[in-house]
Amino acid sequence: MQPFAFNTKYDQTILLGRKAKNLQTLLAGIRAVPESSLYFHTHRFLLQHHFLSPEPPNDFAYWATEVLNDDPLGENLSSVDILQFASLEDLRKFFITVLDESLQHADRLPDCPRGEEFHFMACRTFVLPTPYAAETLEAFSSILEHISISALYYHIFDARLRLGRGDNDFSRWFADLGHEELAAKMRMLDPYTQTLEGLRSHIITMVRDYDAH
Amino acid sequence: MTHINDYKEIVGRGTIEDLFLLADRLQGKAVQNINSTAVGGGVAEILTRMLPLLQDLGVDARWDVIKGNERFYSTTKKIHNALHGVQVDILSDEFEDFLETNRQNASGMTFGDIVFIHDPQPIALVEQRGTVGGRWVWRCHIDFSRPDDHVWRFLKSFVDRYDSAVFSAPAFARALAIPQILIAPSIDPLSDKNRTLPEETIDAVFTRFGIDRSRPVVTQISRFDYLKDPVGVIKAYRLAKRRVDCQLVLAGGGATDDPEGPAIMQQVNSEAERDQDIHVLFLPPSSDIEINALQRGSAVILQKSLREGFGLTVAEALWKGRPTIAGAVGGIPLQIKHKYSGILTHSIEGTAHWIKQLLQEPAFAARLGKNGHQHVRDNFLITRHIKDYLLLFLSLYHADDIVHL
Repeated sequence: MQPFAFNTKYDQTILLGRKAKNLQTLLAGIRAVPESSLYFHTHRFLLQHHFLSPEPPNDFAYWATEVLNDDPLGENLSSVDILQFASLEDLRKFFITVLDESLQHADRLPDCPRGEEFHFMACRTFVLPTPYAAETLEAFSSILEHISISALYYHIFDARLRLGRGDNDFSRWFADLGHEELAAKMRMLDPYTQTLEGLRSHIITMVRDYDAH
Repeated sequence: MTHINDYKEIVGRGTIEDLFLLADRLQGKAVQNINSTAVGGGVAEILTRMLPLLQDLGVDARWDVIKGNERFYSTTKKIHNALHGVQVDILSDEFEDFLETNRQNASGMTFGDIVFIHDPQPIALVEQRGTVGGRWVWRCHIDFSRPDDHVWRFLKSFVDRYDSAVFSAPAFARALAIPQILIAPSIDPLSDKNRTLPEETIDAVFTRFGIDRSRPVVTQISRFDYLKDPVGVIKAYRLAKRRVDCQLVLAGGGATDDPEGPAIMQQVNSEAERDQDIHVLFLPPSSDIEINALQRGSAVILQKSLREGFGLTVAEALWKGRPTIAGAVGGIPLQIKHKYSGILTHSIEGTAHWIKQLLQEPAFAARLGKNGHQHVRDNFLITRHIKDYLLLFLSLYHADDIVHL
């Protein structure tokens, strides 16, 4: 059986030079930007606030709520269950639908205050192998204890949506080892509604409990 | 002398190991930083701290400084002001002189594989690119949100010849044909300004300045200029003090080239003379330990700026776990999430309100400080800055959206 080879990743933030000042221009931007921009704006909070905010909103939701003061729209945008989308294009369609509906029912289209425009950004992702590989569940959980949070992030978030593998890397490896039950449990975890350190300890506990029985 | 491994205790072993992995991919590439000053100013400060750390990681990092005469620096000062949106007149022979100085500097220089140009002063060195080759990056450290059009057009003719441009805030992005990359500035947790201090050192600094540590201290560390609103700080303190006992410390550098500086100074001094609990401290540039101690010994830190580039003094205060109240301007909202990692305000009255709240609710204030510290640890330390620079250098050799190194 192939050992699990841990990779890590880092993102470079690209400024696209495109901005939005109201819902209409936000929608136009969401239609036009590359997929890596959608990924950036829906995942950035996870890494930047990974110890702080257990329910990280995405940038679109944050801007609608905090800058445009549109709480209902902000709630609609932030309650998106990203796990239900198999691709970034599906996620794009979701945001377009929510914004389209909001625009249809809006009786006015306020501009944001000057200087508080939404700036579209994107990311370039650099993936590199670490020296760590696990052949057993025990070794896997030991490595997971100390490996950088970026490595965890890569195998959970990037693997599924950014790299289009459709599943997180841990579940795929557990299944390859014949641990279907553990793979299914891992798949059930919602990584978007907990801090990354919380996620790290949940996975370690889950794997160790499974391994002990 | 600090070493990269000294940061493991702060950011964790995994983060430092990842930096070594990234740096390893730059073997054989000489990275040459070029700016216009070896000491003084934020760029020199960060390069002084960062170069040895990059070298520790195995990167062949170098640093050259261009030289110019008084006229050159007078022109670059005008360019600097114009990028801040100030109306300036730069004569065509001043532009010509600027270019000539760049050419003279280039003639005595050996260029690296990656040429990393900081700020506008050496920007025209890129004229040599056709001859010397290499990859070229321009890093703009200054507030670039409303540049003067004439000056920007002059600079843009050079920026377009680089491989990438780097800015500190999203609002500084421009319409450019080359990739624009966001890299926020950082603080060094092991520098004298930010490292942990013994209580005795903090006590000694407070005693030396005649500040009573047994009563709450509210502090703003910043230059005495209009944009930092020291008079607004005094007004907010007075409003708060009607209900809660406290002292105010205003500490920072002396007068700047702000034309309104002397008037502000006079106003601050006359306010302070009427109240023994207001301490105005003019600190020389070598006062890092004093600033550190003042921040660590304060109950609340203010940064009531009216306009701000990035506002690294906020990161410094948050790093020390201090509850911080700051103006919601420039890069400050990137550092503080309101009521979570600090307080963002828009007025004197709002600032006074939150001073009272934080002084009277120490548990809430402590929670803000703890969250702020964590946010800085994750996003605004020099190790994150080094990681961004390593990615920047690597990105010059890869075109893909997802790069497998």
